Amino acid sequence: MARTASRNIGQSIPRLEAREKVTGRAEYVHHLRLPGMLYGKIFRSTVPHARIKSVDVSAAQALEGVYRVVTIDDIREAIPHPYYGPAFHDQPILADGKVRFAGEPVAVVLAADPHIAQEAVGLISAEYEELPAVFDEVEAMSSDVLVHDVLKPAATFPDLKHLAGRTGTNVALDYHLLRGDPEAGFAAADHVFEHTYRSQQVMHIPMEPFVSVADAADGRLTLHTASQSPSFVRIEIARLLGWPENRVRVKVPYLGGGFGGKLYIKLEALVTALSLVARRPVKVALTMEEQFFMVTRHPCTFTIKSGVNKDGTIVARTCKVVWNGGAYADIGPRVTQKAGFTSAGPYDIENVEIHSYAVYTNRPPCGALRGFGAPQTAWAYECHMDEIAEALGMDKVAFRRKNLLQNGRPQATGTIVQDAALEQALDQVADRLNWNEPLDRGDGRIRRGRGIAVGFKGITAPTTSVAIVNLYADGSCGLYISTVEMGQGSDTVMAQIAAEVLDMDAAAIKVVHPDTDVTPYDMGTLGSRSTFHMGTAVRLAAEDARKKIAELARELGLPEGSNLPLPELFRRKYGMQAGNIIGTASFIPKYEKPDAETGHSRNATPFWGVGASGAEVEVDTETGHYRITKLVNVADVGTALNPKLVQVQLSGAGIMQLGFTTTEEMVYRDGQLTNGSLADYKIPTLLDIPPEFINEHVDSEQKDGPFGGKGAGESTTIALSPAIGNALFDAVGVRLTDLPLTPEKIFRALCEANGTPLAGE
Amino acid sequence: MSSPRTIRFTLNGEPVSATIMPHETLVDVLQHRFDLRGARESCGQGLCGCCTVHVDGKPVSGCLFLAVFADGARVDTVEGLARGDALDPVQEAFIEAGAFQCGFCTPGFVMMVKQLLKEHPEPTDEEVRHYLTGNLCRCSAYPEILDAVKLASARQAEAARRA
Repeated sequence: MARTASRNIGQSIPRLEAREKVTGRAEYVHHLRLPGMLYGKIFRSTVPHARIKSVDVSAAQALEGVYRVVTIDDIREAIPHPYYGPAFHDQPILADGKVRFAGEPVAVVLAADPHIAQEAVGLISAEYEELPAVFDEVEAMSSDVLVHDVLKPAATFPDLKHLAGRTGTNVALDYHLLRGDPEAGFAAADHVFEHTYRSQQVMHIPMEPFVSVADAADGRLTLHTASQSPSFVRIEIARLLGWPENRVRVKVPYLGGGFGGKLYIKLEALVTALSLVARRPVKVALTMEEQFFMVTRHPCTFTIKSGVNKDGTIVARTCKVVWNGGAYADIGPRVTQKAGFTSAGPYDIENVEIHSYAVYTNRPPCGALRGFGAPQTAWAYECHMDEIAEALGMDKVAFRRKNLLQNGRPQATGTIVQDAALEQALDQVADRLNWNEPLDRGDGRIRRGRGIAVGFKGITAPTTSVAIVNLYADGSCGLYISTVEMGQGSDTVMAQIAAEVLDMDAAAIKVVHPDTDVTPYDMGTLGSRSTFHMGTAVRLAAEDARKKIAELARELGLPEGSNLPLPELFRRKYGMQAGNIIGTASFIPKYEKPDAETGHSRNATPFWGVGASGAEVEVDTETGHYRITKLVNVADVGTALNPKLVQVQLSGAGIMQLGFTTTEEMVYRDGQLTNGSLADYKIPTLLDIPPEFINEHVDSEQKDGPFGGKGAGESTTIALSPAIGNALFDAVGVRLTDLPLTPEKIFRALCEANGTPLAGE
Repeated sequence: MSSPRTIRFTLNGEPVSATIMPHETLVDVLQHRFDLRGARESCGQGLCGCCTVHVDGKPVSGCLFLAVFADGARVDTVEGLARGDALDPVQEAFIEAGAFQCGFCTPGFVMMVKQLLKEHPEPTDEEVRHYLTGNLCRCSAYPEILDAVKLASARQAEAARRA
């Protein structure tokens, strides 16, 4: 659609921080050292579930150069109730009487030399009384093994309050949705299909491993932390300490990758406690191996059942989604609810029932990871769609198109869908795959196939962003926001939005990085929300600044439209180069929390994230090895405010999900992670990029977004896995239900299909 | 732990010395003695390339390379590439191609690409993919990194033709 040319919006302005990053000068907490700083190294549990009988730290304490060894008893001196978490206050700062996963922090050695601290960790020993453990999410639903004795929801989420004090269960949250009458729908349908699909546990692997530094002194605390949510860290640390927020300062420079891992609260509670106990600045920097024990993506078992008529109309669908949350809830209950309400897929279905469960197990905790559960649900509903189309003999694109949700129609919650370019995205993928042309399927050993999938996601709410635009006396501008620049390009895009309103060049705007003493509140840099939420707050703050410029001109008696340069206005007002104009605004999108029983909401999401993917594969039927020869991702990002940054986001998210689809999986034996390093856990490299790799956005507009824009960071993660799974089926006729899609699984399935099954795994 | 020793080496063209412990890695020493931040330890196993520096003209994983072995050597890091405000053509190409997101792995990639272009001034796509497969970018700016290498290669060839 035609838009007026702008020097900012729709321009591929290079990243504002580009030079710092290519010269190696960019600031990360990774590099931070403070005078007198101690390093903390963590002693971790070696068993998945046990009572701690004793921890012997004497040899570690005696090592020359060790400042102190800290256990939960020491931490209680500084923080009497040392339990934290965004949704539940269930996670102890160090293990408290029990360990709930292998790898859980039990004690910390503090030393000025990190090598000495690490050596001392090896001198600590613990005695455990082992308890039976539960690792599988479905088993945990009904297991006698209880990971927690009692549920402890946090007060920050009022809709979890009813769970407080619940005992005898591993289910941390159950979300339910009912629309129409699914049982009647099934009874009346021509066909009923039911399948179960599973997603595996994977990890974010930011190249800058988790790191936080705390500096507590004289009743004040400064945290330097690689966090995606500085405002939340301040609030949660202030709660733990019983201090007012203004005594806790949280600073975040650039992040070396986040992907949802560095959200809410991670190492911050630990370093705070350590600094208070030691009365020195303390840094805890995890190794790559330790990252796997911090937070991960939920494994998920999803049973989906659909009633479908002969003409391909889906008349009823039920979803039972069980999320393996690991030992501590983190933000899992939110994932359960947010991904739960979209788990029937982007389809217009009259009768829908959804049950989505967050379940505790004895694994490392699971939280947000690029898609907030949407990729796991789409893996199930989009494989299921292909299986149904296959059984009905319908074209897979036509079957989807027939049932796709159109703008103006109610989604399962009852929320009317707006600005969701589902059909456009699906059609664009089909077009790029030449869907209507025949494919050379090969014969003999190598077989080819193609697959397609589409999905959507709801966006975090309720939520708030605040922005401050500061115009200095020379007319230059500082933008104060708590959005974290972690690679997505937020500094640049936010500057573009402010610059557009203020009629400046984006590159001339200084974006002030998160410092909770300086930058205002923002819920967090997460879930594709910054462009829409913070972008709107920035736009409104810049408009507020413009209004104040006009007021100043009026105050100075200038005629309307005199357009005196801003520095001259300041000089006339203050008699010299002095003063500021502060524009500020907050943005709270419309939201209605789902009804506790029906799951209905008239405003379930501030906007819809939409992604469609297509893949062509060739499979070696003698080995199960396959190549993805073409991969297409198409997203709806509204107006692309910075097309180059959008392109890199779509492509990067797609490649990340490609890893989660093909190779990545945290593998356990007896509750012990066996592949927690880059030597064994393989993430994509340059060799893994498909020869034809297309990433595009549709021509669309998010009408209530800033200059028509919305989030782009997760859309291409949603539908990629099922597109590949569907392509593999198309090539060789075997259906893999469990991620990742490994050559071994394909080979086993082929042998099974040929009537010569291999022996057990 | 054993005793400290003094090493002397050439760092980005300048003669330097440092008194270090034998277990310290080159990344430790660059960061803590010379305040150079470009080489970073990420995986700690020499598998990700974030710590890539050149020792006597060859790229090494600085997180595995014991600093004592740099004694008498020439060490070049990303900090030595720019001349004042003028960036190296590889750095320029990374910016123009948008070949990074979070930037944490970028210095390692830039150092590896310097060596790649020395060995293969006009590399094919396959050569680039193979040469850089030991450098990991979790933001996955891989297609753009490929573009950046091509761009830098073309610029280099152009400059050579003019010279």
